[in-house]
Amino acid sequence: MKYLKNFWSRRFLLIELVKKGIKLKYRRSYLGIIWSLLEPILTTIVLTIVFGTLFGIDDPTYPMYILCGRLIFSFFSTGTNAASKSIRGNAGMIKKVYVPKYLYPMSSVLFNFVIFLISLLVLIPLAIYCKVTPTWSWFLTVIPLVILILFTFGVGMILATVNVFFRDIEYLWDVILLLIMYMSAIFYYPERLLNSGYGWILKYNPLYSIIQVFRDCLLGNPIEWLYVLFSLICAFVSLLIGTYVFYRKQDVFILHI
Amino acid sequence: MSKEILKVEDVSIKFNLSSEKVDSFKEYIIKSIKHQISYDEFWALKNVSFSINKGDRLGILGLNGAGKSTLLKVIAGVFKPTEGHVTASGRIVPLLELGAGFDPQYTGRENIFLYGTVLGYSKSYLQEKYDEIVEFSELGKFIDVPIKNYSSGMRTKLGFSIATISEPEILILDEILSVGDARFRKKSEQKLVDMMDGGTTVLFVSHSLAQVRRICNKAMILDHGKLHAIGGIDEISDMYEKMIEE
Repeated sequence: MKYLKNFWSRRFLLIELVKKGIKLKYRRSYLGIIWSLLEPILTTIVLTIVFGTLFGIDDPTYPMYILCGRLIFSFFSTGTNAASKSIRGNAGMIKKVYVPKYLYPMSSVLFNFVIFLISLLVLIPLAIYCKVTPTWSWFLTVIPLVILILFTFGVGMILATVNVFFRDIEYLWDVILLLIMYMSAIFYYPERLLNSGYGWILKYNPLYSIIQVFRDCLLGNPIEWLYVLFSLICAFVSLLIGTYVFYRKQDVFILHI
Repeated sequence: MSKEILKVEDVSIKFNLSSEKVDSFKEYIIKSIKHQISYDEFWALKNVSFSINKGDRLGILGLNGAGKSTLLKVIAGVFKPTEGHVTASGRIVPLLELGAGFDPQYTGRENIFLYGTVLGYSKSYLQEKYDEIVEFSELGKFIDVPIKNYSSGMRTKLGFSIATISEPEILILDEILSVGDARFRKKSEQKLVDMMDGGTTVLFVSHSLAQVRRICNKAMILDHGKLHAIGGIDEISDMYEKMIEE
C-alpha cells in the first residue's frame, strides 16, 4: 500500500519521463514519429522478398507473419536496451536528486511501448493488402501485449542492475538479442524446427510464444493457451528476479555510476 | 518554533576506494582469481548525530573533504547511509547542483516541467506557476531555446527559479549563492531570506564564513567525517576561524 501511494505521488514524473523519451527520439528528424511506421514496413518488404523467394513461400499472409514477429521483437530489443542503459544514462540526475530509481527503467520501457503501439498501426494497411479479415480475436492481442511489456520490464530491470556494475552487458546483450531473433521464428515457419531435434529452441523461448500467440490472434488461428501460460510464467519470473536484484542493489548504484 | 523537523541519527557512510575501477567481466574474473580486488575503506562520515528544529538555519563548515557535501546528499536521500538513519518531516528541496535534472536537448519550457516533476511538483501546479518561473529566471524569449545552447549562468537561473517556486519545509543549499551575475545573486539571496522568514529550515554549506554568519543562526563543524562541534553561530564560527589559523 505504501509503495502504491509513493508510486502515485510520482506519476507526474513518470509521465514526464515517458514524454521525454518519445519527444527526443524523433526530435530534429523531418518525418518524426512516421519513422516508427516506415521502418517496419520497409524491413518487412525486404524480408518478404528475400525470404519469400529463398524459402519459396507463396502464402499471401506471409508479409503479415513477418511483420508481427518483427514488431514484437523490435520492441523487446529497443525496450530492454533502453532499460539497460537507463541507470547509467541518468547518472547526472541520480547523483543529485532523490527519485525512486525504478522509474528510469520503467519509463524507458513505457516510452518504447507507446512508440510500439503506434507502429502496430501498420498492421491495418498490411492486413488489407494481404486480405486478412479482421475478427473479434484481434482484441485478444491485448493478452500477448500485456505479457510482452511485463516480460520486457522484468528483463530490463535485470539488465539495468547488471549494467551498473559491468558495462560489458550492453555489448553482450546485443549479441544475445541477435541470437534471440534467429531463435524466435520471425521470418521462417516454425514447423520444421519444432519437428527436428532442436524444437526446444522455440519451445523454451518465451518471446517466440508471445509472437506466436499474437500472430494467432491476428490471423484468426486458434490460440495455443499453453504458450500463453508459459510466457506469462516467464514474465512473472523475470519480474520477480528483476525487482529482487534491483532493490537489493539500488542503494549502491550511485557508487558505481 | 521548537518543533524538531530533521533528525540525523548516528549516520556513517563508507566508501570503498578501489585502486582501480573494475567494471568489465573480464577484469573482474581475472582479478578475483588473482585475488587482486582489494578495497580501501574510507569513512566519509562517521557517527554524525544532530537534530534541527523548524526555522533553524544551520551552516555547515569544514575544509574540503570534511564530508559536508556527503552529509547534504545523505539528507537529500541521494546517498543511503551505511549505518544510522535520517528522519525528516516535510518536503526537502535540494539545491545541490542547479539544473542537475535538466535534459540538454529540451527547451527551457520543457525543462521547467521535467525538473519540476523531478522535484515532486504536480503538473497543474507547475502550469499555474509557469509565468512566475519564467519571469524570475529573466530568460524571456530564450525559454523556447534548447538548454544545450544556454550559458551556465542562464541554466543556473532557470534551475534556481524552478526549485524555489514553492516554499519547501527544508532547503538544502550547497555553495549556490556564488553563481549568476551580481544582480541575480542579490535577487536570489533576497528570495532565500524571504523563504527563511516564512519558516523554511535551511541547511547551508559555504566556504564564505561571512555569508554563513549573515544567513545562519546555528552552525556545525565537520572534520574528517566527524562532527567536531555544533552550536550557536557566533561561538562556532569563532571556533572555526581559530581552526583555520592553526
